[in-house]
Amino acid sequence: MSIRCEKLTHIYQQGTVMESYALRDISFEIQDGEFIGLIGHTGSGKSTLIQHLNGLMRPSSGTVYFNGEDIFAQGYDLRKLRGQVGLVFQYPEYQLFEETVLADVKYGPKNMGLSEQEAEERAREALELSGLQPEFYARSPFELSGGQKRRAAIAGVLAMGPQVLILDEPTAGLDPKGRDELLETVSDLHKRRHTTIILVSHSMEDVARYADRIMVLNEGNLQYFDTPRRVFRYFRELEKMGLSAPQITYLMQELRDEGIDVDPSIGTIEEAREEILSLYWSQGGPLAAGADSGTEAGRGLGESSAATGK
Amino acid sequence: MLRDITIGQYYPVDSVIHRLDPRVKLAGTMVFLISLFVTSKLPAYLLATGVLFGLIRLSRVPFRFITKGLKAIMILLVISVSFNLFLTTGTPIFRIGFLQITWEGISLAVFMGVRLIYLVLASSLMTLTTTPNQLTDGLEKGLGFLNRFSVPVHEIAMMMSIALRFIPILIEETDKIMKAQTARGADFESGNLIQKAKAMVPLLVPLFLSAFRRAADLAMAMEARCYHGGAGRTKMKPLHYEKRDKNAYLLMAVYFALMAASRFLPF
Ligand SMILES: Nc1ncnc2c1ncn2[C@@H]1O[C@H](COP(=O)(O)OP(=O)(O)OP(=O)(O)O)[C@@H](O)[C@H]1O
Ligand SMILES: [Mg+2]
Repeated sequence: MSIRCEKLTHIYQQGTVMESYALRDISFEIQDGEFIGLIGHTGSGKSTLIQHLNGLMRPSSGTVYFNGEDIFAQGYDLRKLRGQVGLVFQYPEYQLFEETVLADVKYGPKNMGLSEQEAEERAREALELSGLQPEFYARSPFELSGGQKRRAAIAGVLAMGPQVLILDEPTAGLDPKGRDELLETVSDLHKRRHTTIILVSHSMEDVARYADRIMVLNEGNLQYFDTPRRVFRYFRELEKMGLSAPQITYLMQELRDEGIDVDPSIGTIEEAREEILSLYWSQGGPLAAGADSGTEAGRGLGESSAATGK
Repeated sequence: MLRDITIGQYYPVDSVIHRLDPRVKLAGTMVFLISLFVTSKLPAYLLATGVLFGLIRLSRVPFRFITKGLKAIMILLVISVSFNLFLTTGTPIFRIGFLQITWEGISLAVFMGVRLIYLVLASSLMTLTTTPNQLTDGLEKGLGFLNRFSVPVHEIAMMMSIALRFIPILIEETDKIMKAQTARGADFESGNLIQKAKAMVPLLVPLFLSAFRRAADLAMAMEARCYHGGAGRTKMKPLHYEKRDKNAYLLMAVYFALMAASRFLPF
């Protein structure tokens, strides 16, 4: 069970003066149950790439295999695929159209040929997962706030019970609390249902916190596809692409430049805290602090650990 | 199918046609359209064909871009051609039931078809080589004399240019919503007419909502930048005629004179 892209190339407006390469020769494989973070600056081809994964866009050349089958082959059931590979678009709230939120969420399951009753069950389950309060289920989707609409729209895709869930910048325009809640929901889904997740994001912090592997797109090329730590090692190259590593990576880098032996590729605050504490204890902990040569470093570490601990 | 509608889409290359003053292109399009209706003589149509295709070549817009507009009027074309073909009285050639085909019918149908096709090609050529901004400027200045008869020329031009500009935006929006619903298992292609119509609801509701929202946003943005209509508004790049524009007018006059003169041809 996997998604595999082979030499995927997409050219917009091929054969005109406006011709532009959005994707060039992209090949990769995503295993079942992985959490993938997809990053790249504006216009790097993220949205284009993910629309190939459920067959919404046809590649100019190359192809996509889902569970070993070529999805662009003649006679492949694309509608079934779209139930299995759920795609939540950037600003998905514009897809809402029904009279009530519940009816809207039922649209997907009903298109898959489920009965009214099954569709309703799926819809309620998905709405619950999405974290929208039950009092909104019977309301018109147009009366909801932006964040609530977003949840309803995501539930609309979740209700189809996808094995792979692709989210295109799901947190854009949400407040910090809404953002954290939404990402927790996604992470929960990943843990409890083992749904494969592909999360498109501009926030390195978010990606570092949740993703098993990070895919970096740069002007249509797949630049890196590796664990967050290994990718963050290239923070200088990332900067050249208009991206950056998480802030904590820079802090660790600076500590290292100061001569403190920490791993500079760390991407989350939790990891940083552990690293610093273990270093602190390995150097003798509070007892050593204040004694001979380790003094400066020891105190420096203690402070920065307290600071990052916040 | 949605991508076939080219009206209001500018094709950015540099050519003589692109550089012409928008007023010249507007006038030229009008002259061409009228010239098709002043005559129905074969040589005149050969001339019109030569002129149209010559201009298309000059514009350096790929031919298939210009013909894209035709697909959108295909149904209209088929209907009007067959009406003319079957319902014109005259010398009958043969008849099937109450339908009869006459010589007059065939010639009317052919002329009607050619006129419609050329009409679309010529207007596509104009919009493909003129940015919506230039088009408004051209309209506003070209029709400026109507201001004296209290016609709100500026406002009308602005409305037209916004409408033109909105066509590609709405097409894009439709595409986006269609994709989002397709990702939820929607099927816009198969099924009978009623099923197809029902399948459009999830597309049309969000589309209308977004069109209204966009319109409201645009109005707000214009007001926020102190837009208050045409009175006292100056141009950053005022239009003025170059030598090539004058030459173009001259050629236009010659062309129209030839077309009009063809009426007096003996055949
Ligand atoms: N319909 C289209 N026609 C022509 N070019 C397009 C079209 N859609 C996207 N592009 C171009 O393809 C490139 C990739 O676009 P894409 O939407 O995939 O970027 P993205 O990585 O999702 O960016 P963002 O972070 O802003 O969402 C861009 O350069 C864009 O201009
Ligand atoms: Mg995008």
